[in-house]
Amino acid sequence: MKLLEMRHVKKEFEGLQVLKDISLSVEEGEVISIIGPSGSGKSTLLRCATMLEEMDSGELLYMGEYAAKMKDGKCVYASKAELRKLQHCFGLVFQNFNLFPHYSVLKNITDALISVDKIPKKEAEERAEKLLEQLGLAEKRDAYPYQLSGGQQQRVSIARALAKQPKILFFDEPTSALDPELTVEVLKVIKALAKEHMTMIIVTHEMQFAREVSDRVIFMEEGLIQEQGTPEKLFGTGNERVREFIGHLTGK
Amino acid sequence: MMLLQLGKGMIVSIEIFMLTLLFSLPLGMLVAFGRMSRNCVLRGITKIYISIMRGTPLMLQLLVVYFGPYYVFKIRISNSYRFIAVIIAFAINYAAYFAEIYRSGIESMPIGQYEAAKVLGYGKVQTFFKIILPQVIKRILPAVTNEIITLVKDTSLAFAIAQAEMFTMAKQIAAAQTTILPLMVAGVFYYILNLAVAAVMERLEKACSYYR
Ligand SMILES: Nc1ncnc2c1ncn2[C@@H]1O[C@H](COP(=O)(O)OP(=O)(O)OP(=O)(O)O)[C@@H](O)[C@H]1O
Ligand SMILES: [Mg+2]
Repeated sequence: MKLLEMRHVKKEFEGLQVLKDISLSVEEGEVISIIGPSGSGKSTLLRCATMLEEMDSGELLYMGEYAAKMKDGKCVYASKAELRKLQHCFGLVFQNFNLFPHYSVLKNITDALISVDKIPKKEAEERAEKLLEQLGLAEKRDAYPYQLSGGQQQRVSIARALAKQPKILFFDEPTSALDPELTVEVLKVIKALAKEHMTMIIVTHEMQFAREVSDRVIFMEEGLIQEQGTPEKLFGTGNERVREFIGHLTGK
Repeated sequence: MMLLQLGKGMIVSIEIFMLTLLFSLPLGMLVAFGRMSRNCVLRGITKIYISIMRGTPLMLQLLVVYFGPYYVFKIRISNSYRFIAVIIAFAINYAAYFAEIYRSGIESMPIGQYEAAKVLGYGKVQTFFKIILPQVIKRILPAVTNEIITLVKDTSLAFAIAQAEMFTMAKQIAAAQTTILPLMVAGVFYYILNLAVAAVMERLEKACSYYR
């Protein structure tokens, strides 16, 4: 089943065409990495998919239901209630975590469950504790974000996103704010999720990781998908730009 | 006799102080929302309001609020209006200062907090009260403390319309009995009140210091 479909997405900022015409569909269980040079529109694409940014034109569907559709040449978003429902389909992990500093680790994870999804507190906490256990953070449940390392904070933010039991999880450069040794622990978590067939879309500069974890790699440049395919295909491509980009990042 | 009068004045000063805080702290929040509103008329009006409140003397504002009804509308000023005028003038003046503090606090919040809340499904109101406001309060406490300390001293401006608060009483008694003692007592009173304010605010800051 198609969990996510984006059709002919266009987005501009102050006259700058950041997304030119992007179409993308994601099957259940797929792990997709998006790579590409800085400014190519990767974050903007994720922000359009997660509705942090409104598309100028194009369509957005979750599980076959329209979040936004074209009507008389204009992009029209669904009703607020409808969008709230679709919002349950996805989670987003930010580059700089964006944990709530005034909440403990446990509350960061449970608060949205309790006050948004109206899940009983006990159940929410059980869910959170199980996730913390899985991510190796069990003893940090009562700590505050400032007491954690960057890697731990990012794992908490992954737990926070997972607790809502999304169908699809987006990551925008989840390790870019981390030291190399902390990067490893976060990538390990994402790899474990991939093994469990969590559907994920990951913007990353970690080429080796993208290669290992993805079913499909997308190379974006100048607001377009220039090339996509299995890691084998993409990393072995004849496309000069892609080779140059990958070579540049891996230092080869 | 002297102490009794001073004591009465003290109570009035504390009343002015408390009531001004009670009204201006929430009113300032409304003004701050107006100031940050997307509606440019509302934004313009609150901007002008704030700039007048901050740009003219509080004593003058007090006189305008007190005498305005008579000079402009020829309404007879009753004796009980005096105290009300003090509270109105102080509340709208301090609301302007608090509004600017709130605004700077709210605008200093990283956008990522709003975005994280949105993706997690929090509505606008929930985001503000659960995520943003608690952090804003922590950030603005030192600035609010400054304002409150100024307010303690500003309550003495009520003497301009002969409101019988601490300073007015002290001045009267000092003149009548040709002694500086009442003024000293008044000074000690303001000083102690400010010590109390500082102690309370310090506790609040401590209560917010469990996170960074
Ligand atoms: N809110 C905004 N207002 C104006 N311009 C923006 C905005 N957001 C992004 N842009 C511009 O859009 C372009 C694409 O930005 P985007 O963040 O999507 O790139 P990216 O591929 O994620 O880059 P990076 O790898 O550096 O994160 C950039 O030129 C950026 O300056
Ligand atoms: Mg980016």
